[in-house]
Amino acid sequence: MSAAEKSEQQRLSVFKTYKLYVGGKFPRSESGRVYEVSDSKGKWLANAPQSSRKDARDAVVAARKAFGGWSGATAYNRGQVLYRVAEMLEGRKEQFVREVADAEGLSKAKAAAVVDAAIDRWVWYAGWTDKIAQVVGGGNPVAGPYFNLSSPEPTGVVTVLAPQESSFLGLVSVIAPVIATGNTVIVIASEKSPLPALSLGEVLATSDVPGGVVNILSGRTAEIAAPLAAHQDVNAIDLAGADEVLAKELEIAAADNLKRVVRPQAVDYARTPGTERLTAFLETKTVWHPTGSLGAGGSSY
Amino acid sequence: MASAFEYAPAPESRSVVDIAPSYGLFIDGEFTEAAEGKVFKTVSPSTEEVLSEIAQAGEADVDRAVKAARKAFVKWSALPGSERAKYLFRIARIIQERSRELAVLETLDNGKPIKETRDADLPLVAAHFFYYAGWADKLDHAGFGANPRPLGVAGQVIPWNFPLLMLAWKIAPALATGNTVVLKPAETTPLTALFFADICRQAGLPRGVVNILPGYGDAGAALVAHPDVDKVAFTGSTAVGKEIARTVAGSHKKVTLELGGKGANIVFDDAPIDQAVEGIVNGIFFNQGQVCCAGSRLLVQESIHDELLDSLKRRLSTLRLGDPLDKNTDIGAINSSEQLARITSLVDQGEAEGAERWSPACELPSAGYWFAPTLFTNVTQAHTVARDEIFGPVLSVLTFRTPDEAVAKANNSAYGLSAGVWSEKGSRILAVANKLRAGVVWSNTFNKFDPTSPFGGYKESGFGREGGRHGLEAYLAPSSPEGER
Repeated sequence: MSAAEKSEQQRLSVFKTYKLYVGGKFPRSESGRVYEVSDSKGKWLANAPQSSRKDARDAVVAARKAFGGWSGATAYNRGQVLYRVAEMLEGRKEQFVREVADAEGLSKAKAAAVVDAAIDRWVWYAGWTDKIAQVVGGGNPVAGPYFNLSSPEPTGVVTVLAPQESSFLGLVSVIAPVIATGNTVIVIASEKSPLPALSLGEVLATSDVPGGVVNILSGRTAEIAAPLAAHQDVNAIDLAGADEVLAKELEIAAADNLKRVVRPQAVDYARTPGTERLTAFLETKTVWHPTGSLGAGGSSY
Repeated sequence: MASAFEYAPAPESRSVVDIAPSYGLFIDGEFTEAAEGKVFKTVSPSTEEVLSEIAQAGEADVDRAVKAARKAFVKWSALPGSERAKYLFRIARIIQERSRELAVLETLDNGKPIKETRDADLPLVAAHFFYYAGWADKLDHAGFGANPRPLGVAGQVIPWNFPLLMLAWKIAPALATGNTVVLKPAETTPLTALFFADICRQAGLPRGVVNILPGYGDAGAALVAHPDVDKVAFTGSTAVGKEIARTVAGSHKKVTLELGGKGANIVFDDAPIDQAVEGIVNGIFFNQGQVCCAGSRLLVQESIHDELLDSLKRRLSTLRLGDPLDKNTDIGAINSSEQLARITSLVDQGEAEGAERWSPACELPSAGYWFAPTLFTNVTQAHTVARDEIFGPVLSVLTFRTPDEAVAKANNSAYGLSAGVWSEKGSRILAVANKLRAGVVWSNTFNKFDPTSPFGGYKESGFGREGGRHGLEAYLAPSSPEGER
């Protein structure tokens, strides 16, 4: 054994304290609780914050506060910010490959492919921000002297239950479309494998994404989701990470203020998505205005 | 204050419509009695005259109708779109041919002025079928992927305020996309839907494609809950809409809800006052204010409050309330005694909470259900009349000083269906329209509708859009679900 190898063995590594990401800051759970996160073989990886309903409510406040600025930003600007996320991820790829491999029991090569796909997914959605309005909106040829234009607008504050199995590619695939269109989001990370999600918070914090646009909570999915599904200041909920029983309970609670609901469905996150997740959290606003008249004779040329 | 000119009565003739003494349910192409043999009476709200006796659908009838629609779905959905289109074009044309008859019938059963049924409801009904007819063979180009598929059986529940128009909004896109339909009209206005069944017969529409089930809320609830219904479309109150959302939770059913509203009509100090007054009147007194997108909250800039209110009161004094069949009538009857009681109770509450009530001198007929046009001033945002949907000819007036305040007050509502903006300054209109959380914004106009123009709400006014290309989405399965591309 060489001297260098010997000293490496002796050096104690620095563990990371995984924390929530709320309002652009990294708090612990206000409850003071953590839970053990293990890899696919049961080996302890870290303690993750076990969020409470109070953490969930704090996240809603942060998301609502961020909504005006983010939804009011130009689509071009949102596209650049999302693209910046991809740039930052590219630089921290190795860390995510390790976390995804641990979380999902993948070989290093397979985990690398997953992370590559997740980075490419950010790029794909970054490009959508200034195109979706042209695809789903437009002028309407009404039978009268009116200018009539339909435009998509973000629904508001969206709660997302991230997929339980696909801890990173699935996570990115449900967050990116929600914020691309100008919504703000509260994400409940995969219960079993929250570490890639919590690390994503660190990337977002350094990617020009304004604080509060994405808020990431870890813990027991059912415990955190219940108050969010019932919250009167949440406008929509994506149930991707809920099982059948929980999904039904949450959909019933969500009816109280008529949240827009996306039910759980089988999704292969490796494939290029359609636009459904973009349009699920868009409202259509239609504005009318009289076009007037240039007089009985009309235009002279 | 100016008073209306005396006009000689100019009633539209009732002779164009022949109402049978009784009607059955329309299931699988035939009129049939209800399984339990129940019937109910539909009355003319302006006279309380009984118009006809109608079979009342129950759970067994809902099941029978859904089965008929399911059976019909196989062939209907397999028809080439161009053939479905021709059926819908036929229906549109027959509606145009029979529009006077249907307008008179609607006015009799609903109580709204013939001026409205003749010039607004019926032309829009025909236009809606004509518009969606053209989509039936062009769905590949609608932006929902190649070869989008219908959902199956659509259960549709519609309100009494625009009975035939709401039927058109529901049935036209459903059939164009290849779905079959079970529709429940409101219990106070079943007649035009039953006449529509006859139009389907005249058009040769295959049996079971459209089924009409007159009945009460229990029939609507049974329809929504039926396990073989794939799509639920509802227009009505927010309370029922929430109940429906709970009922379908955890199922495969796709839902669209078009619910209540408390629309803000914002008038800036540079608005053309006379036009704004006409828009305000149209916004809240069209169809006696029984309109989900009514401009029921007037937000007027403080500096022109007195001037605008004077003009508005003068204008209200010239509105003619009375026989809905009279071509000069502006304000017809309230649809039912229940609705009249609700309006009366909310208005009493408004007075009790301290808002100031005003109505023009207005004689109400002795029979029927009537409510005089009413204004509330000295209204605060906390008042019930500024928060709850009254669904009647009652306008609450609030003031603001700055555009930001106008936007904040307009958006201070659980609803988000419609809004109006009046100003001569284009950039102000666009800036304000941009910040309003409402699905339809009328600037320098109000209550305009068109089949090409998507309609629907934000927040608790519901979700989904009706009309236009957008309206197709509610009846189509995504052709490219993630993972199945």
